[in-house]
Amino acid sequence: MSILVGKSTRVICQGITGEAGKFHTTKAIEYGTNMVGGVTPGKGGTTVDCGGASVPVFDSVAAAVATTGANASVIYVPAPFAADAILEAIDAKVELVICITEGIPVNDMAKVHRVLEGSGTRLVGPNCPGVITPGAFAEGEHKTGCKIGIMPGYIHRPGTVGVVSRSGTLTYEAVWQLTQLGLGQSTCVGIGGDPLPGTTFVDVLRLFEDDPATEGIIMIGEIGGSAEEDAARFIADHVSKPVVGFIAGQSAPPGKRMGHAGAIIAGGKGTAAEKIKVLKKAGVRMVNNPAKLGATMKDVLAGQA
Amino acid sequence: MKIHEYQAKELLARFGVPTLRGQLAHDADGAAKAFTALGAKVSVVKAQVHAGGRGKAGGVKLVKSADEAKKAAAGMFAGPLVTHQTGPEGAKVRKVWVEEGCEIARELYLGVVLDRAARMPVVMASQEGGVEIEEVAEKHPEKILREWFDPLQGLTGFQARRLALKLGLTGDSFKAGVPLLQALARCFLEKDCSMVEINPLVVTKAGGLIALDAKVAFDGNGLFRHKDVQAYRDRDEEDARELAASEHGLSWVSLDGNVGCMVNGAGLAMATMDAIKLAGGFPANFLDVGGGATKDQVCAAFKLILKDPKVKAVLVNIFGGIAKCDVIAGGILAAAKEVHLGVPLVVRLEGTNVEIGRKMLDESGMKILTAKTIDAAAKAVVKAATGGNA
Repeated sequence: MSILVGKSTRVICQGITGEAGKFHTTKAIEYGTNMVGGVTPGKGGTTVDCGGASVPVFDSVAAAVATTGANASVIYVPAPFAADAILEAIDAKVELVICITEGIPVNDMAKVHRVLEGSGTRLVGPNCPGVITPGAFAEGEHKTGCKIGIMPGYIHRPGTVGVVSRSGTLTYEAVWQLTQLGLGQSTCVGIGGDPLPGTTFVDVLRLFEDDPATEGIIMIGEIGGSAEEDAARFIADHVSKPVVGFIAGQSAPPGKRMGHAGAIIAGGKGTAAEKIKVLKKAGVRMVNNPAKLGATMKDVLAGQA
Repeated sequence: MKIHEYQAKELLARFGVPTLRGQLAHDADGAAKAFTALGAKVSVVKAQVHAGGRGKAGGVKLVKSADEAKKAAAGMFAGPLVTHQTGPEGAKVRKVWVEEGCEIARELYLGVVLDRAARMPVVMASQEGGVEIEEVAEKHPEKILREWFDPLQGLTGFQARRLALKLGLTGDSFKAGVPLLQALARCFLEKDCSMVEINPLVVTKAGGLIALDAKVAFDGNGLFRHKDVQAYRDRDEEDARELAASEHGLSWVSLDGNVGCMVNGAGLAMATMDAIKLAGGFPANFLDVGGGATKDQVCAAFKLILKDPKVKAVLVNIFGGIAKCDVIAGGILAAAKEVHLGVPLVVRLEGTNVEIGRKMLDESGMKILTAKTIDAAAKAVVKAATGGNA
């Protein structure tokens, strides 16, 4: 078991003929992801060669879904057109939409959210590394994983730790530590660094809590917004599994955007200190050193057994 | 992106927000001429810098003659303007805005921002105008009115009326207030603003409304579709290194410490800064070279870090996912050939092609300290920056 993505996930790639779309579709296929098609308006009827696999291209998401039965889409469309790509996927009733694109105007996302609410689609991202349910992936092995996004597949191992994070590379860091310590991951979800993410910490925590294959959760937050505070309230009331947490940006100055569009302390709100305080109070094992995420998880799980 | 007050007023006026007549001046004589040209009994000279808190810092002066206008402007041009937002070094004043005075009956606050938790923009309003909204929020949170609006519809008529009534606007000021509130929301949505603020909005003795001060900031991600807004950009007001970094597609924030940092990914970059602080040091900068950093970008990043005379040691922390460690190593070596590396360098590489990358650095003959974990790297670099006395 896992959350969001697995072997039954049939994925199309919006923006497959672009450099990033083609590269990461190839990597996803190598990992064992069931990539059933791609969408580039105007290039329908052609195919893209993704490392030897011939992937059919469609003019629209609706056409791709009708032909391939896709239930997930990953978006690599450039920022000016990405919001429209998300809306198209919602309109085609795709269950899971993962938007990797960074730099979407936040007002575009505010509009997308109005359409998203009440639809049957779950959006992950934008500005995120994606979602991976690790599986066996070595050459010659029967591939059992599903990787949708830009994360390097080889650092992951199948297992029981769920990882949710606003940061890409910091997630890789945590995952790599877990893998080195012999702890695999159930699913890793990058919710992205934008101010208006489609999926929040609370959404993912709920899924991990309900997933029998997940035994512990690593949660990586950062400055800006109040998603971690919401998560703390949810954990206190609804999460029985151990959670290990880290908040990036304890040394960040106020009023400055730290790389991510959403990583900004505004009007004294969204500081790391406040987030750490409320998460600790909710029972989360907070580490002040990101190098200790894996080891702390190992301790916590050992203490449980 | 921030813009000046006079630009914000010009933009808001285009949406129908009433503002006062004024002129821009680049020197003290220009301010005197502007006073005369305006022909008002009383005018106000206002320093134009990208920082708030100008009034208390002497950046806003009431003047009653051309001579007074000249003196007030000369004072502002002479020294840096130090407000609570500029830091102790202050901001250099390069232009002043001279604006006619007006009769004030009441001062209100209006602002539009994105409410991240509600996932919608919100109009904030208060009868306590003329003071900072953060101050009102702290002392009298009940005095802040909020009206969330659907970005697909804008602020509707009834919502604007509801707010106007709560603000105590009546008669002529009510009639003027409703379209003004809608104009503010329209400007926020149409121009991809991250903030629109009028503080204070003045209710005049005659019942009219005037935006006496205005602040507008924009979502950098939306700038590509607004040529008119791009033209407002004032590079003089921006940090030179942040500007240079952005031209190379790098994300940079200048800080006060002495440990230069180069990291890939915003979260890891922040975490690296935190680790440096935890090890007893202070970062000189935040620098995210991005997920798919090229050799040229790494090279440019290196040069930017080394340009800062405060930097006593450099930490490179890369987790290669898309960015491959050998590419990063190549960039470091290329930069080291071009610029003299006068300070200790600590490198921590992990991830894709890490073995090749580490080998390249080892065989380069350069004096590079390597570390395996973030905290080991942070400790090593802080020790190096303090001359080994940490």
